Amino acid sequence: MYPASFNYLRASSVREAISMIGDNEDAKFIAGGHSLVPLMKLRLATPSTLIDIGRLSELSYVREDGGQIAIGALTRHRDLEISPVLNAKAPIIAKVAGQVGDPSVRHKGTIGGSIAHGDGASDLPAAALALDAVFVAEGPSGRREIKSTDFHKGFLETALEPNEVLVEIRIPSNIKSWSFQKFNRRAQDWAIVGVAAVKNGSTRVALINMGSIPLRAAGTESAIQSGASLKEAASQADLGLDPPGDLNATVEFRRHLARVLVGRALEELD
Amino acid sequence: MTTISNASSGVIGQPMLRREDPKLLSGEARFTDDLKIPGALWIGLVRSPFANAKIISIDTQDAKASPGIVAVYVASDLQSQWAGPIPSAWQVTPDMKSPAHYPLASGKANYVGDPVAVVVGNSPSEVADAVALVDVSYEELPAVVDLEEALTDANVIHEELGTNKCYVWELNPNPQGIEDAFKSAAHVVKERYIQQRLIPAAMEPRSVAVVPSPMGGDYTLYSATQIPHILKVMTALTVGISESKIRVIAPSVGGGFGSKLDVYPEELLCLALARKHKVPVRWTEERTEGAQATIQGRGQVQYIELAADKDGKLLGVRADIIADMGGYQQLITAGVPLLGAFLYHGAYHTPTYAFKCTGVYTNKTPTDAYRGAGRPEATYAIERAMDSLAKAAGVDPAEIRRRNFIPTESFPYNSPAGLVFDSGNYGPNLDQALAAVGYDALRAEQEKRRAEGSTKHLGIGLSFFVEMCGLAPSRVLASLNYAAGGWESATVRILPTSKVQVVTGTAPHGQGHETVWSMIVADKLGISVDDIEVLHSDTSIAPHGMDTYGSRSLSVGGSAIHIATERVLEKAQKIAAHLLEASEDDLEYQGGTFSVKGSPDKTMPLAAIAFEAFTAHNLPDGVEPNLEASTTWDPPNFTFPFGSHIAVVEVDEETGKVDLLRYMAVDDCGPRVNPMIVEGQIHGGLAQGIGQALYEEAVYDSAGNLLNATFADYLLPSAAELPTFELGNTVTPSPTNPLGVKGIGEAGAIASPPAVMNAVVDALSHIGTIQIEMPASPERVWKAIQAVRA
Amino acid sequence: MKVSMTVNGKSVSRDVEPRTLLVHFIREDLALTGTNVGCDTSSCGACTVLINGESVKSCTTLAVQADGADVMTIEGMANEDGTLHPIQKAFQENHGLQCGFCTPGMVMASYSLIKENDHLDEKAVREGLEGNLCRCTGYHNIVKSVLAAASEMGA
Repeated sequence: MYPASFNYLRASSVREAISMIGDNEDAKFIAGGHSLVPLMKLRLATPSTLIDIGRLSELSYVREDGGQIAIGALTRHRDLEISPVLNAKAPIIAKVAGQVGDPSVRHKGTIGGSIAHGDGASDLPAAALALDAVFVAEGPSGRREIKSTDFHKGFLETALEPNEVLVEIRIPSNIKSWSFQKFNRRAQDWAIVGVAAVKNGSTRVALINMGSIPLRAAGTESAIQSGASLKEAASQADLGLDPPGDLNATVEFRRHLARVLVGRALEELD
Repeated sequence: MTTISNASSGVIGQPMLRREDPKLLSGEARFTDDLKIPGALWIGLVRSPFANAKIISIDTQDAKASPGIVAVYVASDLQSQWAGPIPSAWQVTPDMKSPAHYPLASGKANYVGDPVAVVVGNSPSEVADAVALVDVSYEELPAVVDLEEALTDANVIHEELGTNKCYVWELNPNPQGIEDAFKSAAHVVKERYIQQRLIPAAMEPRSVAVVPSPMGGDYTLYSATQIPHILKVMTALTVGISESKIRVIAPSVGGGFGSKLDVYPEELLCLALARKHKVPVRWTEERTEGAQATIQGRGQVQYIELAADKDGKLLGVRADIIADMGGYQQLITAGVPLLGAFLYHGAYHTPTYAFKCTGVYTNKTPTDAYRGAGRPEATYAIERAMDSLAKAAGVDPAEIRRRNFIPTESFPYNSPAGLVFDSGNYGPNLDQALAAVGYDALRAEQEKRRAEGSTKHLGIGLSFFVEMCGLAPSRVLASLNYAAGGWESATVRILPTSKVQVVTGTAPHGQGHETVWSMIVADKLGISVDDIEVLHSDTSIAPHGMDTYGSRSLSVGGSAIHIATERVLEKAQKIAAHLLEASEDDLEYQGGTFSVKGSPDKTMPLAAIAFEAFTAHNLPDGVEPNLEASTTWDPPNFTFPFGSHIAVVEVDEETGKVDLLRYMAVDDCGPRVNPMIVEGQIHGGLAQGIGQALYEEAVYDSAGNLLNATFADYLLPSAAELPTFELGNTVTPSPTNPLGVKGIGEAGAIASPPAVMNAVVDALSHIGTIQIEMPASPERVWKAIQAVRA
Repeated sequence: MKVSMTVNGKSVSRDVEPRTLLVHFIREDLALTGTNVGCDTSSCGACTVLINGESVKSCTTLAVQADGADVMTIEGMANEDGTLHPIQKAFQENHGLQCGFCTPGMVMASYSLIKENDHLDEKAVREGLEGNLCRCTGYHNIVKSVLAAASEMGA
């Protein structure tokens, strides 16, 4: 309940945040803090320094930008949930954000925090993957783009350098055919298995909590490409995956759920 | 005898709003951790990370050197502080085996969370830092986790006991009869059920603060406890301080459900360390810590057998259970399963009955009372087995129950287990519930879905419960070897200004006693509830009490208040007769005023009598000054509330997910003093019972680690998982207490697990008879379906 | 380090360790003990307060993160004359509390929920309170209370 002691610095710009973190490997950025603070309270995370980027209001936005939608990394789940742009042009993000945690969590947690934390059980990273999102990171030498498929490297491990800040998420606009399936035992819980599926030209199906990082259902996607029926495609949902087993679901049951939920998602696509 | 003391002014039965609420709603109420105590030291416990381990060494140097730390103690440092071990009040058999249990483990740790050292410091955060610096070296031993494996004694936890078996308790009044019953039966049902361990999870974590009096020698112990009175006696005996020097206060207490019906190491440590350091010492539990440091509930393997004739009428019921004690005895650990010992035949008449319980130690947190304590376990076993019997006999679950109900004309009913069921009228109660839920229409809907080939199956589950509560007749407790009585005390005092003080030995922690006790007194005295104050939960103000648990407070404590009020009124009547120069028999009493029959102008309000009693200038001969009466009520029997509960679920065959669509409960707790509060008690009990059926389980791995200690992993249901409950009620008064009331605090938790589980099984009955344990998680349901399909 | 904020309409300023959680700041530094700590995993919502009018779990927020914010706790809900806020009143009238420990958080979460939704029905209330746990009431009367308050407040 009591985090270990740390130094606290507050950044007033992205540039300043990057210079503050310098080469301090024990330092962490904090935005809403709803992924990091719980770990610190249990002393599972003991950063020596926290650099607060939560006040960089210039990173809180949702706007259309050249046929795409640009989402500032510090946009809160609640703001995504009620964003007119998202509800009109990419409702899957609004819908997914509206089911993260609970309302009080959604008032603090941010899309960038959720994606940069890099938990394979999180909903928004999978939705970004299904949308073929591009993540914009800013570091000492400027900005670079990272594809969502290249971003998550392992459990709580991303392509971000320690001195890089995730600043923007870019997703395609005019998403009309999508589905989000979240299976859990209680409304406030993480997904036992979740599915974010988007048909935007091709069909992309991303899975939540089927591995240590957000993953695509490659078996399903290629089955669809080769003209398989929805049922056949769904039966390939867990192909080649190595899902975790835990108290809520064994490996076997998770595989089964992925197949059922992908089936339901595909039914919902146009 | 006049009838004045039987008067009622219609307050009883009203859904009066709670007087407790404004303070709780405004943040003004004070829970133990809210108390500002200048100069207090905080303690933190170093707990064993191993379920079964020898303690080789404990290095406290770094912790002692940590900022803000005053002292660090291990067991040997504090051994001289204890006059006795942590008390166990229930030696259920003369040969029951109990290990020594002190606040800090020495030599060996026996469950994950067993405290091995205590850190004393200036602030909770500094204490938390130092707890992490205590370096304990352990030699890990194989953990004993499974109950039936524990009974093999392949690994013995407490070497000095020589066995893991704690006790065997048996009730078999007619051994030959029951053998014969099973031999002659047309139908025999044999079932094995698991009562998983549950974490009580009162929303307020435990907290304790001990403040030595500035004059020395006296201690005020504040604790988030259900049992300030019992705690006072037990801490005095354990810490070796005269009972008269300890004052226990339970401030606002945030729920208990049995988990605060105990004497815990932290309470004893704070008291002993306040004595040692001569300053206030306090502690507040962290939630994840509490999952292991506070008792858990249930934890049984149950075998139940029913013998019935060709019509499904019971000939015999036999139960054989194994009960998990955990690593040690807590206050009433051993006795909890026996609170169900007499109830494994439920609401049904059976000519023969046998029960056996084997208590066993395991390397887990000790178990103890949790809402229902023994009775949910018994009800679950018989109510699920009755559904099996219905299937075997080929009759509807409602019909099998009707055929076996104890007939209304048999009450008071001498049960085959030796109890006297005080009153009952079961058939009409069941009929009301079936009609209210629309049982026939639900069955039709179920058939329709099946015919359509839906994968979302409808299930309807029945549970009819009867329980024994209102603990308890002291002589009955004696026969069970319980170390205390079951009475309750009350004082009703009318002050000179006519304000009324009610002093009670009950210790509310959410039940609304201040409101309801005022109603009982106001009803009888015909005065406003606003003129009545209820004093409780402070052993200096209310010195005698047996506290709050076991659905006892209204039927025992409320009866005591009722009787004390009658006595006050009788005294007032004597004084009134004297002052009005009338015969007592000629007096009437209404709206707080005595009047002489036939002389409406000769009146005297209670307020005037109270003042006369205070001045004592003109009292009748032999009448003492002051208008006050005290009584201690020892109930002649338990009370036996009952009811019909019906759960309607939808089971998603593809995912195994169970959705509770509807829940109907028709309870009979006799007359309801405050129906709003009664219904609130039922709602809360239902949520806990539904939690047991569908969500909750303390899961241990084979090394004895609790795998879901946090609120993120231990699944307490939220509003989003539960339906709006549908309640009805019938009224069958208890003849054994003056209010006719029966307990209701535990009913919901007792009745609901089998209702929900029977519904889950019923939903899938067209596929096959699934075998499933609680909680019916999606994976368990899905696997059970796969098993019957295979 | 120094943090300043407005709590229940009053400006406050204190020196705190950076690791101080907002809930500890409120309870210990400001002695406003109506806000409770019920868990250590952001699950139970007993610590819910309003930050700039929105419900937040104060056990998952550092005091330094709330520097400069407008914070409201249960102690700030009643009117100045001591009469209860419509939500508090609805909880009493509908028996929406028993032990009262989850109640302050429940009231604050309900306030935010009502403000954010024009048309609350039972389902929306149940889902909206998913992050606030109660062990006494089975939520039945809490849901009734919030619906009554919402209708009183014109939502």
